[in-house]
Amino acid sequence: MNSLWLAVIGMIVFTIGYRFYSKWVAEKIYRLDPNYVTPAHQYSDGVDFVPTKKMILWGHHFTSVAGAAPIVGPAIAVYWGWLPAFLWVTLGTVFAAGVHDFGTLVLSVRNKGQSVGTITNKLIGKRAKIMFLFIILILVLMVNAVFAWVIANLFVKFPASVLSVFLQIPLAIWIGYAVYKKKKGMLLPSLIALAVMYGAAILASRVPALQIDLVNYFGGAENTVMFGLSGVSMAFLVWILVLMVYVYIASTLPVWKLLQPRDYINSHQLVVGLFILYAGLIFLQPKVTAPAMNGAATDVSWFPLLFITIACGAISGFHGLVSSGTSSKQLEKETDARFVGYLGAVGEGVLALIAIIAVVTVFATKADFTAAYSSFAAASAGGLGNFINGAAQLATGIWIPADIARTIVSIIVVSFAATTLDTSVRLMRYIIAEIGSEYNVKALTKTHVATTVAVVSSAALVLLPKGPNGFGSGGYLLWQLFGTSNQLLAGVSLLLVSIWLKRQGRNYLVTFIPMVFVFFMTLWAMIQQVVFQWSGYGNGELNMLLFGIGGLILIFVFWIIIEAISAFSRNNPPPLSKEM
Amino acid sequence: MGFYDQFKRAIALYDEILRQPHRTEIARELRDEEDLFMLLCFSEMLGLPNPAFYYTLELYPVIIERFHDWHLRAGMEKSPLEGIRCC
Repeated sequence: MNSLWLAVIGMIVFTIGYRFYSKWVAEKIYRLDPNYVTPAHQYSDGVDFVPTKKMILWGHHFTSVAGAAPIVGPAIAVYWGWLPAFLWVTLGTVFAAGVHDFGTLVLSVRNKGQSVGTITNKLIGKRAKIMFLFIILILVLMVNAVFAWVIANLFVKFPASVLSVFLQIPLAIWIGYAVYKKKKGMLLPSLIALAVMYGAAILASRVPALQIDLVNYFGGAENTVMFGLSGVSMAFLVWILVLMVYVYIASTLPVWKLLQPRDYINSHQLVVGLFILYAGLIFLQPKVTAPAMNGAATDVSWFPLLFITIACGAISGFHGLVSSGTSSKQLEKETDARFVGYLGAVGEGVLALIAIIAVVTVFATKADFTAAYSSFAAASAGGLGNFINGAAQLATGIWIPADIARTIVSIIVVSFAATTLDTSVRLMRYIIAEIGSEYNVKALTKTHVATTVAVVSSAALVLLPKGPNGFGSGGYLLWQLFGTSNQLLAGVSLLLVSIWLKRQGRNYLVTFIPMVFVFFMTLWAMIQQVVFQWSGYGNGELNMLLFGIGGLILIFVFWIIIEAISAFSRNNPPPLSKEM
Repeated sequence: MGFYDQFKRAIALYDEILRQPHRTEIARELRDEEDLFMLLCFSEMLGLPNPAFYYTLELYPVIIERFHDWHLRAGMEKSPLEGIRCC
């Protein structure tokens, strides 16, 4: 089958979803009012609350939510064949992610631009606020561990990308300085930075001396270096330590110095990446060699694990944080929420769709696919590498040599993952400080203490679990847990929107059904993993770390469901906000 | 509108999209700096000894409007300081 069909069908589904479904939701369910005075106007302060044109806000929203996660999830999930992943990404975007991102945006706009966390606090109480903090804490801890693993793994597999990724740091600091201190424009410096990075990528792809290949320095993959660690494991350990030192510094610097200018360069990379992949697809039109349903995938069932493996790209709780955190404070007109929220989710779906296409077209034959995706553990460990090779193949469609394309795609993925890592370590620091002040532990409120706790716990989490491929490969075991906490967050946001709609006497099924679906899948997947896989019950081997964290998340799921039932059945509850 | 103008508009829009988060962050940093500056200027009136008071006194006529914006932003409808009657 020609892979272009997948893209065309996916785009048609997204278009119909946006054109008709979101319009119906906007008019009949959320009842957007063009005359409603949005918080951007009501509390306009030139900083957080700024009325912004919908096109600009959509771009900002999309670049904030798009990252490495919608690539990693689908690259693993095609293990069950391309069809389940394709259906979940397209239909999930239209019926779950769209109404979720759109709904949290509208709910926040109708509540003074407050975040989902604050609204949960008001709706359910202080207990819910602390629970919310812990869910986000677990989520960011997963993000730190998983994305540190992703980056270290890519550095080991694609050493040509290291130089450019390291070059991005001084370039970003230079842009931050030029913009903030010298009041210069950003476009030209960031395009120069991009050109320098990709120039270095081309050079490094062709000149082996510029590739920082630690495995080679340590005498090859099979060579035992020290403490019984092989060359690969040692290289992995060194990269993790380097990354942890880096995030410590990056997360304590003011954001305009490194994080924001990096985001700016990465936004260009997102545009460049999407253009290369979709243009390459149109010209190359590779065949889909992966099966629609992988009959050999018997060790782990797609139902329900698919729905937490593709954590971003179909629905993601993190989007609710962005929708209600920044986008809602800048919405010019309430009717723009459909464009910004729903189309933002569609943008993420478009990225996840091309990730699926890249992976299912990279193999020459179906047998090659089955060999590479021989087990779920193999899919988890090799999925991202397969995406990079597949994306490089698509790039050859627009005459970019495969080796250079491979380096550039790995740079894009590493850059996305590194920015996510910076942000999540910073976020974790804030949450630890907030928990510290909540429980009166003063030491935790100090920047360096909180950052040390964040960095050390993240490093321990990425290095300690015993993974399928030896030392450190436990990072990908955590992907499922990351997916679970992310979906849990999405469920809570959908619950809030449903309660709001119910109290308004409107049809709340548009958010209630995806909420039940997300909670049901998360719960089922968690019980399957925690009870039957990690607890040591039956044939499974006890994994204390995953059992502990997984068990904690499972308790949160049950807790939230009980809270949900109680919040839903409450009679005459106070309104969330007077003007809503 | 010619192709060149349309191209320029598209680039301007693209630039504005990418600039958006940076604009917010810089505005926040500048606001924090402004707050610190105002605190230093008016510290004497808040009971904090300021060795540069003699010089900052000269600034008052210049920064009176900024002071008004600052106390509004700080959530005070009227000037909190007896010595300054900005509103």
